[in-house]
Amino acid sequence: MEGIGYKILGALLTTLLAFTVGMFYAGFRRKIIARIQNRVGPPVYQNFLDVLKLLSKKTSVNHGIMQHLAPLWLITMSVSTLMFIPVLKDGLFFTNLNFSGDLIFLLYIMVFGPLGMALGAGQTGNPNSAIGVSRGLTQMVGFEIPWIMAIVALMIQYKTTSVTGLLDIQSQNGTWMMFSSPLAFIAALLAMPGMFRYAPFDIVGAPAELASGPISEFGGKYLSTMMTSGSIFAFVKLTLYVDLFMGGASNLIELVIKTFALYMYPVLWGAVSPRFRTEQAVRYFWGWPLFFGFAALIYAAF
Amino acid sequence: MYNDKESQKIVDIIQNFARKHSLFVLAYGTGCGAIEIPPTMTSRYDAERFGIRGAATPRQADVLLITGYLATKTLKRVIRVYEQMQDPKYVMGFGSCAINGGMYWDSYNTINMLDKYIPVDVYINGCMPRPEAVIAGFVKLQKLIQEGKADGWDRYKKNLDEYRANQKKIITNWVMPDFNR
Ligand code: SF4
Repeated sequence: MEGIGYKILGALLTTLLAFTVGMFYAGFRRKIIARIQNRVGPPVYQNFLDVLKLLSKKTSVNHGIMQHLAPLWLITMSVSTLMFIPVLKDGLFFTNLNFSGDLIFLLYIMVFGPLGMALGAGQTGNPNSAIGVSRGLTQMVGFEIPWIMAIVALMIQYKTTSVTGLLDIQSQNGTWMMFSSPLAFIAALLAMPGMFRYAPFDIVGAPAELASGPISEFGGKYLSTMMTSGSIFAFVKLTLYVDLFMGGASNLIELVIKTFALYMYPVLWGAVSPRFRTEQAVRYFWGWPLFFGFAALIYAAF
Repeated sequence: MYNDKESQKIVDIIQNFARKHSLFVLAYGTGCGAIEIPPTMTSRYDAERFGIRGAATPRQADVLLITGYLATKTLKRVIRVYEQMQDPKYVMGFGSCAINGGMYWDSYNTINMLDKYIPVDVYINGCMPRPEAVIAGFVKLQKLIQEGKADGWDRYKKNLDEYRANQKKIITNWVMPDFNR
């Protein structure tokens, strides 16, 4: 009984941690971008206020069942992915389901949310949503290939598909995979901005041309659910990268430092970039990232 | 205990605090005023300090800016946009044209008083108001929201018949979806 109690408490704590950290990161992002543009910018807790306000709005839009379910799919995906990722190397509260799933399962479950979102956005009948969804899926085809190649290279090189197994190997060898398999790291790093969808890869929700794309018909509580899910998922992605390539973290401070350093890379790149067109984005992903993905595979196999 | 007036008051204070510090703005560039929005949002005047940011669609927006004179043809679109927004929603009228017609008061194709067609919470005067004035208008709106006085959306629901009658006087071929209160 006690074990279950700890598990539930741990799951709640992990979700809360992911939400808070993700929200603050998004707030820092807005602040940093504002400073780069020589503005003062909103306070770092602005995103909490936004979510609170969106929750307090009265929403009365009905396009069909899938439209109501789409935000729930998204947040289900974020939280369940979070449960399968080792947040800390060891520790009482953040273990969750680390040992039950492996990387292949993670890759599968990570596309579950966008799929639900695509169905929900399709049901709203807004043409902008449909264009946004098709762009999003195209972009996913772009960045998933180098990213999966990088991960498969790791799997081949270390002969394990479990995230905890890869973490153990890193602590045994005493070096991060960033250095022991650099080609895979470069491929994954180059694919990363596509995953975050910040500029120059914000072609899905481009506010100026697509009126925010898939989410254009979602307001109020739906939008707040999506923002929550987005911040949790940002934390998930960063933690996964840190686990795979930067040796994980053994306490929360180390985790925050590592993830924040990693987070600055798509943010700063985005802050000074305009937007790609869809085919430019795909051409980018199928250029150097794919090359490094192939190189990593060959390096791992021989 | 959970549903009495006192606890509702506390909830209202928290909600209004969040609402006032997070205004998603839908800038409906109807008149000359649209040109004052970019400087208000960008580096020089930086409206994001107050939590004001642009929204892309009416569904996500809280504040509708009517930036200047409103042609009778545009009025139809403005009404549709306004009715698509989710409660609570606020309207800001820019410039003398929105207040009383301004220099277009005897024009055959603009409306004169915006408040007759959709409820306006804050007017900003000037022709055109400078970004400072726009920001002052936002601060005024924030004050009204905190006091619970920015209730245009409520007025619109309560006096829908009156507003509809006025709107139909201008828009003669009325083909619009029903307002879903
Ligand atoms: S008030 Fe002046 S600036 Fe504004 S719309 Fe009217 S004429 Fe143009």
